[in-house]
Amino acid sequence: MEKILTKNIDKPNSQDIEVYLADGGYKALEKVLTLKPEEVIDEVKKSRLVGRGGAAFPVGLKWSFTSKEDGEPKFIVCNADEGEPGTFKDRVILRNDPHLLLEAIIIGGYAIGTSHGYIYVRGEYYPEIEVLEKAIKQAKEKGYLGNNILRSGFSFNIQLYKGAGSYVCGEETALLESMEGNRGSPDCRPPFPAQSGFLGKPTAVNNVETLANIPAIIINGGNWYSKIGSPGSPGPKLFCLSGQVNKPGVYELPTGIPLRELIENYGGGVRGEFKAVLPGGVSSSLLTDLDVKLDYKSIAKAGSMLGSGAVIVINSDTSMIDVAKNTIDFFAHESCGKCSVCREGTRRAREIITRFANGGGRAEELDLLLELGEVMYDTACCGLGQVAMSATTSAIKLFRDEFEQKVRE
Amino acid sequence: MFTLTINGEKVTVPEGTSIMNAAKQLRIDIPHLCYLEGLEPEYHCRICGVEIEGEPRLAPSCVRAVSEGMKVHTNTARVRRARKMIVELLLVNHSADCPTCERNQTCELLKLAFELGVKKVRFEGEKPSYELDETSPAIIRDPNKCILCGRCVRVCHDVQTVSVIGFINRGLDIKVSTFMEKGLGNVECTNCGQCIQVCPVGAIKEKSAVDEVWAALANPKKHVVVQEAPAIRAALGEELGLPPGTLVAGKMHTALRRLGFDAVFDTNFSADLTIMEEANELVKRITEGSVLPQITSCCPGWIKFMEHFYPDLIPNVSTCKSPQQMFGSLAKTYYAQKAGIYPAKIVSVSVMPCTAKKFEAQRPEMTDSGFRDVDYVLTTRELARMIKEAGIDFAGLPDESASQLMGLYSGAGTIFGATGGVMEAALRTAYKLVTGKELERIDIEPVRGLDGIKTATVNVDSLEVKVAVAHGLGNARKILDEVRAGKSPYHFIEIMACPGGCVGGGGQPISFDLALRGIRGQVLYNEDRVLPYRRSHDNPSIKKVYQDYLKEPLGEKSHHLLHTKYTNRGRV
Ligand SMILES: Cc1cc2nc3c(=O)[nH]c(=O)nc-3n(C[C@H](O)[C@H](O)[C@H](O)COP(=O)(O)O)c2cc1C
Ligand code: SF4
Ligand code: SF4
Ligand code: SF4
Ligand code: SF4
Repeated sequence: MEKILTKNIDKPNSQDIEVYLADGGYKALEKVLTLKPEEVIDEVKKSRLVGRGGAAFPVGLKWSFTSKEDGEPKFIVCNADEGEPGTFKDRVILRNDPHLLLEAIIIGGYAIGTSHGYIYVRGEYYPEIEVLEKAIKQAKEKGYLGNNILRSGFSFNIQLYKGAGSYVCGEETALLESMEGNRGSPDCRPPFPAQSGFLGKPTAVNNVETLANIPAIIINGGNWYSKIGSPGSPGPKLFCLSGQVNKPGVYELPTGIPLRELIENYGGGVRGEFKAVLPGGVSSSLLTDLDVKLDYKSIAKAGSMLGSGAVIVINSDTSMIDVAKNTIDFFAHESCGKCSVCREGTRRAREIITRFANGGGRAEELDLLLELGEVMYDTACCGLGQVAMSATTSAIKLFRDEFEQKVRE
Repeated sequence: MFTLTINGEKVTVPEGTSIMNAAKQLRIDIPHLCYLEGLEPEYHCRICGVEIEGEPRLAPSCVRAVSEGMKVHTNTARVRRARKMIVELLLVNHSADCPTCERNQTCELLKLAFELGVKKVRFEGEKPSYELDETSPAIIRDPNKCILCGRCVRVCHDVQTVSVIGFINRGLDIKVSTFMEKGLGNVECTNCGQCIQVCPVGAIKEKSAVDEVWAALANPKKHVVVQEAPAIRAALGEELGLPPGTLVAGKMHTALRRLGFDAVFDTNFSADLTIMEEANELVKRITEGSVLPQITSCCPGWIKFMEHFYPDLIPNVSTCKSPQQMFGSLAKTYYAQKAGIYPAKIVSVSVMPCTAKKFEAQRPEMTDSGFRDVDYVLTTRELARMIKEAGIDFAGLPDESASQLMGLYSGAGTIFGATGGVMEAALRTAYKLVTGKELERIDIEPVRGLDGIKTATVNVDSLEVKVAVAHGLGNARKILDEVRAGKSPYHFIEIMACPGGCVGGGGQPISFDLALRGIRGQVLYNEDRVLPYRRSHDNPSIKKVYQDYLKEPLGEKSHHLLHTKYTNRGRV
């Protein structure tokens, strides 16, 4: 497949605006400035692009909601917080192709009707922050950012925010709270950010990878894009392959590619014998079927989720109790502590799993954990708490015997 | 208006109504722990989740607004399972020493566990083991019982605008604490105790003086006198099996005698005394053209708030001590003399609706009698506990009066306990002072009631006296900012830290329900109507104390015993 998201990353000096311009960079923006905002949104709707940050929400719809909401000014915020273990795809774009992202944000701003764009970058991404700062400066110098862009009458600026350093700040409402200088705790929805976001104004929050698709959609058309990959959620996807594979890394492939192909053709095969996979990182449920197709619908049907595309491969040497322990440790550490159910649920789940790991579990606690997972899914305020138990409960369901061996005599 | 169905029944409510409130219309109570009427919902506890057809998860009914045609279910197996499990999770992280917890009769967590049929806590694990915050002379916080509902944070921040407590630490170590964990005693806490009133569990309580008072009562060498604030008689019955709205002044006096107090007096007497001094001060300020508006000083919660946040207004604040402290300095002087008791033998106890009064009693300057003017302060709740401990059948007690010398009171004294009461009482006397005539329409309605800020203009001869009343410190701020800006049109301002006034004080039976506080206030207005004297200056015991001892309001003795000064405490 022709690369769309990563086509520039291997070029020498790929961060430089001249290199970007040499290969058709900012042409999409030029085109957009001749269109009406509604036409831009229609094109994106036609593409059927869904968000790559985890929730897989249709981008065209999000933009059209935001543009139609009352309330001025509006804001567009690019979520570059990338904090989930096993996810390192946005970084590839941030580091190597910043102008692709800037161009996309400007287009998004034009589409929803705002002059205010923000990038919320993970605090630890120092080199990427530098790259972005430089890129913004260059784009200003060339007239792609600032007042009266390319004499179109449209003005747009982009400001950087450095992340507060916790995973939950990547959740969009917590991210907006953090931008406002508050504790980065998620808020309840509704209202959605599109209705009441940054400073209480309509705000479109989009992931880096999501936005990186936009210029190509504008240039080649939504119809062209919608034919790539799985019809339900088309397009290219950056898969972050990690775990027990021979060649971990970021691979741009069309959605719907079978897991087996990703691992064998690109990842150099499993190290050891395949046991299971977390197709959407630590937030997702384990799957054992190597032939599952990597698109949002197929994975959901199989009982898991694609999330941000962090494919973590687990081999047969790995104990499922360790998998459960690592994931629940992570969530117990990252819970913001606001909701009773997530705070106390992850606390107790971690204790129980730790007891199992030490050979001191109680048999009835396995069903208790399954129930806890369902209650947390039902009642936690944000995605973190809702999925914190996914890996653990799927491990219990699929590999119950491993846990039962660790029941206290 | 939106029509929706809840558990199959139709209900029509205005747009913006929460599912929880819509359900109330159908007489369905959705359990909750962090939601509380009067505070912004913050959906921390997740217990109020309900099923909405077509949605993948439960929705928090305290914040989710209704929509047209919505189909809600509040009593499905899934909903009940979630509620129960969350209560179990809270219980396992809660230092559940219920048998010895003061809140075991009023604990919302315990009640929920029972009502939801939680039969067993299936989780086991480590309990929190934080140090208690005992830095305040008034209030103790026990983080080991805290369920992190955030109500105290919201009441302190949103209602009282004091903001000394907040969430600290991240994640599983999250905790409610003060700036830099300095402790309540070392920050700008006003000791108003509204955080106690909203806490669903026993994580915040008063610093109890019950043991010390029992010890004094048991000590034959001590002569123990007691005073009770106006608001006690309007609420004590609630703790002792009587319906809200019952006046229990008589039973209260009887009970105190049966507990063994040697002399049972009444703070209402010294409330009348406060009015004599404060009304004279007001008239003096107006006639001499000195600093106005005058602001009342009988609420120690407000006083500490002022000392931290508005020290520039010290010249505006009346120099009168609170009724508690006026009583205290007279008990060990005037009363000691009359009764021929050496003051060091006297133990002076007060029963207050108030946690701030515990702080006030130990202020270093409150020793004008030559001794600690008030030795121990009990809250309404503490007194109720003592009455129960003594096995007194309160509801069945006969009525007795307080002892005349410092116990006879007027209706003006009794309404002190409700917001606007001090203002009304002072106006009744100030009018007489200025005009020589009695105020004809003695009920000053515009300063009564539960509006956060109330204003009125009273014609006193040719002078139009403008007054304002604020209760709750957030409301007070609005009035005070005007004063600070030099834009206040008022002559006299009453401020009470607690919403509803002292009937809603931090030491009262647990409740944050403003309507209930209104009912308690009404008890006092009703008593005012039927008392033989309704003006402080008509109270024979007041006349007597001036005749026999103080000589005149604002006189030298008064100055020494009944007035005080304030300190700029700065910000933390
Ligand atoms: C706990 C948590 C962490 C998240 N972290 C990120 C993140 O680091 N980056 C991101 O783009 N989205 C993250 N999300 C998803 C965002 O809330 C939001 O859905 C996304 O930014 C929307 O953009 P999209 O529609 O382009 O995917 C996170 C969600 C949760 C619940
Ligand atoms: S689910 Fe967890 S992380 Fe999310 S808001 Fe609640 S406590 Fe915080
Ligand atoms: S006593 Fe009043 S001021 Fe102090 S923490 Fe509680 S609510 Fe805040
Ligand atoms: S102290 Fe009480 S009111 Fe405050 S958060 Fe804890 S449980 Fe809630
Ligand atoms: S209003 Fe009354 S109860 Fe409340 S702090 Fe003031 S004096 Fe105490």
